[in-house]
Amino acid sequence: MKGTVTVDDALCKGCALCIPVCPKGLLRVASERFNARGVHPAELDDPAELCTGCEMCAIACPEAAITVYRAVKA
Amino acid sequence: MTVLAAEPLLTPVYEYPKSLTHVPTHYCPGCTHGVAHRLIAEVIDEMGIRQDTIGVASVGCSVFSYRYFATDFAQAAHGRAPAMATGVKRANPDKIVFTYQGDGDLASIGAAEILHAAVRGENFTVFFLNNAIYGMTGGQMAPTTLAGQKTSSSPDGRDPATTGAPLRMSELLAQVDGAAYVVRRSLHDVVQIRRAKKAIRRALEVQRQGLGFSMVELLSSCPTNWGLEPTAALAFIRDEMVPVFPLGDFKLPAEPAAAAGAAAGTGARA
Ligand SMILES: Cc1ncc(C[n+]2csc(CCOP(=O)(O)OP(=O)(O)O)c2C)c(N)n1
Ligand code: SF4
Ligand code: SF4
Ligand code: SF4
Ligand SMILES: [Mg+2]
Repeated sequence: MKGTVTVDDALCKGCALCIPVCPKGLLRVASERFNARGVHPAELDDPAELCTGCEMCAIACPEAAITVYRAVKA
Repeated sequence: MTVLAAEPLLTPVYEYPKSLTHVPTHYCPGCTHGVAHRLIAEVIDEMGIRQDTIGVASVGCSVFSYRYFATDFAQAAHGRAPAMATGVKRANPDKIVFTYQGDGDLASIGAAEILHAAVRGENFTVFFLNNAIYGMTGGQMAPTTLAGQKTSSSPDGRDPATTGAPLRMSELLAQVDGAAYVVRRSLHDVVQIRRAKKAIRRALEVQRQGLGFSMVELLSSCPTNWGLEPTAALAFIRDEMVPVFPLGDFKLPAEPAAAAGAAAGTGARA
């Protein structure tokens, strides 16, 4: 695994701006659940661990809802 | 720094900026006012100036921006943020002072204040969010509204014959001698957002060096009053706004040529 992201449900407004910017198409709208704001939040869908931690999604997010992690050599 | 417990080698490379509070913002989903807030907060974090920064909020959708930045903040009457920032900066010349203003605020009711702050070469920074509309009050026409753009007060589209053409504030203010740094950037995609952040940094550096008035105009979306989905609103900026409001550097501080020449004259430079 090179990287991963978490979406803060409390901050996400479900605007979906992060979704088209991911070069690997790893983000989705969780249409089966609502957050406390009453919107479908974005979430990572990356079973094959393809996320590189490139930060593109976080740069696009107006709510600073996305935290990006990258694997670093120990 | 927090490290994910299950993956001890994963380290955060992007986290919520310290210069933003945790107050939930009232901005509509997908509104790029949020991106602008994030970028300004990231730059304040990176420059290590959170304790030394004073913002001045304006009137418009960003009227509550004083709640969202974890810095000192004042809130000015409509259009008067540059007048208030003048006093704040003159009284606190060691602080970094910025205004955060919309296009209705800055280009319409506050046109005199912004112009004369630049004329006086006031040493603060203006972040000018241009979304070509009065967002807060229900999407009325602004001086920056595009020709033909439908708004609640121009339902048939803005008619330049009777209401004029879009006002380009960056080009106007760049003409003023007191302006040191005036640029226009956009928030419509990742590349542009990165460029916008660099300009925000540069503007605050210009202020820190005492070079005079600095302004970064940011083309920003208003999905709600444009009647567009957030992604379509970004495409509107790219396709409709950028041709009318070209991105670029309209005024840059004079290169320190004099300083370099002087240094060369003393033989201090190799
Ligand atoms: C003296 C005064 N006149 C008019 C208003 C009404 N008013 C509030 S916000 C606004 C325009 C805001 O537009 P803009 O500055 O573009 O900000 P946006 O909401 O688009 O970000 C107006 C006219 C006011 N609050 N005070
Ligand atoms: S960090 Fe990059 S690869 Fe990972 S989810 Fe975000 S945009 Fe996609
Ligand atoms: S861009 Fe941010 S607020 Fe919008 S859906 Fe993605 S995580 Fe949520
Ligand atoms: S009305 Fe427009 S500018 Fe105001 S918060 Fe909503 S989308 Fe943003
Ligand atoms: Mg506006």
